[in-house]
Amino acid sequence: MATIEPALPPVTERSNILRWARKNLFGSWYDSLLTILGAWFMYWALSSLARWVITTAEWEVVAVNMRLFMIGQYPLEQAWRLWLWLGFLVFLVGNSLAIWGKGSRYSVALLLFPAVLAFAFPFGDEPRKWLLILAVTGLIGWGIGRARPEVLKRSVIAGWVISLPVIILLTRGLSASETGFAPFVKTNLWGGLLLTFLLTVVGIMFSFPIGVLLALGRRSVLPIVRWFSVAYIELVRGVPLISILFMAQLMLPLFLPEGWTVDRVVRAMVGITLFSAAYLAENVRGGLQAIPKGQFEAAEALGLSGAQTMIFIILPQALRLVIPILVGQFIALFKDTSLVAIVGLFDLVGIAQTVLAQPEFLGLQREVYAFISLIFWVLSYGMSYLSQQLEVRLGVGIR
Amino acid sequence: MADEPIIKVQDVHKWYGNFHALKGVSMDVQKREVIVIFGPSGSGKSTFIRTLNRLEEHQRGKIVVDGIEMSHDVRNIEQIRSETGMVFQQFNLFPHLTVMQNIVLAPIQVRKWTKQKAEEIAMQLLERVGIPEQAKKFPGQLSGGQQQRVAIARSLAMQPKIMLFDEPTSALDPEMIKEVLDVMTELAKSGMTILAVTHEMGFARAVADRMIFFDKGEIVEQGTPEQIFNSPKEDRTKLFLSQILRH
Repeated sequence: MATIEPALPPVTERSNILRWARKNLFGSWYDSLLTILGAWFMYWALSSLARWVITTAEWEVVAVNMRLFMIGQYPLEQAWRLWLWLGFLVFLVGNSLAIWGKGSRYSVALLLFPAVLAFAFPFGDEPRKWLLILAVTGLIGWGIGRARPEVLKRSVIAGWVISLPVIILLTRGLSASETGFAPFVKTNLWGGLLLTFLLTVVGIMFSFPIGVLLALGRRSVLPIVRWFSVAYIELVRGVPLISILFMAQLMLPLFLPEGWTVDRVVRAMVGITLFSAAYLAENVRGGLQAIPKGQFEAAEALGLSGAQTMIFIILPQALRLVIPILVGQFIALFKDTSLVAIVGLFDLVGIAQTVLAQPEFLGLQREVYAFISLIFWVLSYGMSYLSQQLEVRLGVGIR
Repeated sequence: MADEPIIKVQDVHKWYGNFHALKGVSMDVQKREVIVIFGPSGSGKSTFIRTLNRLEEHQRGKIVVDGIEMSHDVRNIEQIRSETGMVFQQFNLFPHLTVMQNIVLAPIQVRKWTKQKAEEIAMQLLERVGIPEQAKKFPGQLSGGQQQRVAIARSLAMQPKIMLFDEPTSALDPEMIKEVLDVMTELAKSGMTILAVTHEMGFARAVADRMIFFDKGEIVEQGTPEQIFNSPKEDRTKLFLSQILRH
């Protein structure tokens, strides 16, 4: 009696790595050639890089100057204020991930990131301790958010709204006397990643509303508003950012009355904001133009005013459409802040230059620039990842 | 009739550049009247109905809606619009809002109703158009017929005195036309003042008090459905009717 063989699965499901490789990598003689050449090139590039990272490179320069890279000349005994607002931010991130995020496993991994940093990079004992506290704070925030998502929603949103003022206030200080609680720290001491971060966040937060207003202004029926918007946008877009930063640093003092000074960091912030707003306006205008005429007509036919139509119907749809472009612009802005190094501020790149100017670190450009490139890359990729999550969340391209 | 007409239109003209789209249209609409406007493509019928809530601006003549004269005054226009509902060929629902949010937005923002009151009335309207179970969905998740019924409910939520329909069934698949016409028929029988641009002659015959034939930017002929269908006077009307009724 013949036993009945179990039916074999279709051929495609039986394929294993070898089959896959034969089909995709060694399908023909030139496939094989390209595969071998490619593998050899990847091996050569990666192994040289690894050899350099592990044996040749002198990472001392990063370890010794870690504090400069992170916060510049910001006084160490006041650094707790920065850790405090970082803790506040991480707590909010934990809350938000628990309330709005979907993949809980990734959330935990993300919140453990500070702890990973603490061990992966040559921080001192004090920052390591703080980084571990940050990770714990984030997890606590996540736990609380999970326990009470509905109750917390409003306070988390409020927390995000006040986060920028909190960051600025804590960084700048609260009392004028040097012996008082959290004395002022002059902005010429702000530096490194701290300065880069602040320039970026302020640039984004302020250029966004200005850009939206300019975009609306450019489409306005009022000629003066329209002309002003067009003139502003075209003027700013026709000039490189570096020249705007120079003007803000060198020419602005000439126009201000005697005795008036505007802080140099503030000047850079204003320059970056005004520059970014012009580009943002054009991106938002692109979104506005993509909204069909029928949406305006339906809103108006219901009796909504022009402003109500914009706020409730047009802008929400237009902004959702341009999220990928806006995030691209914000990433560009983040990297463009490094131009302030040229006008004499000590952001990440500025600090890199001063570090490299010290005699004992001469010739270590590769190590220093590799390190700050890594920081830029991690943060840029983080922004890009968050924007993808936001798109999924808001259903871009679905509704 | 003794009543003052709810819409008065006198000698309305409109040009698009050199194209004379409306050539002196005059008509009165009484309260509770149901009017069907029909005519060939490009005859100006849609343009005309859109001048009644100022989606198109007329350049000569006079339009008075519910005692308010249409002028450049934005407040007048917004008041007329809030008394006049409009349903479009392409539905024009707001895709980023749920069905419920689509309906309650204008009552809350323009009429200043509370959210609770607006939602109660929205639910009643959704029941009236037969899709209360769709309240939490987004427009993109509904069929064309359902979307158009939501659009009707959205207009009705403002409690308008007049409803304008601009080819409401032209973008629908055949099997969905009936569900929209049923809602419109029910609305007509409830005493709403209705102006509808449509070629649904069955609907016209069943509920219209008056039919108006538009061609080349002017009113060619008007009368009761009986007069229009059985004894049209003008050759153009006869020709057009023979074309659309043949199949």
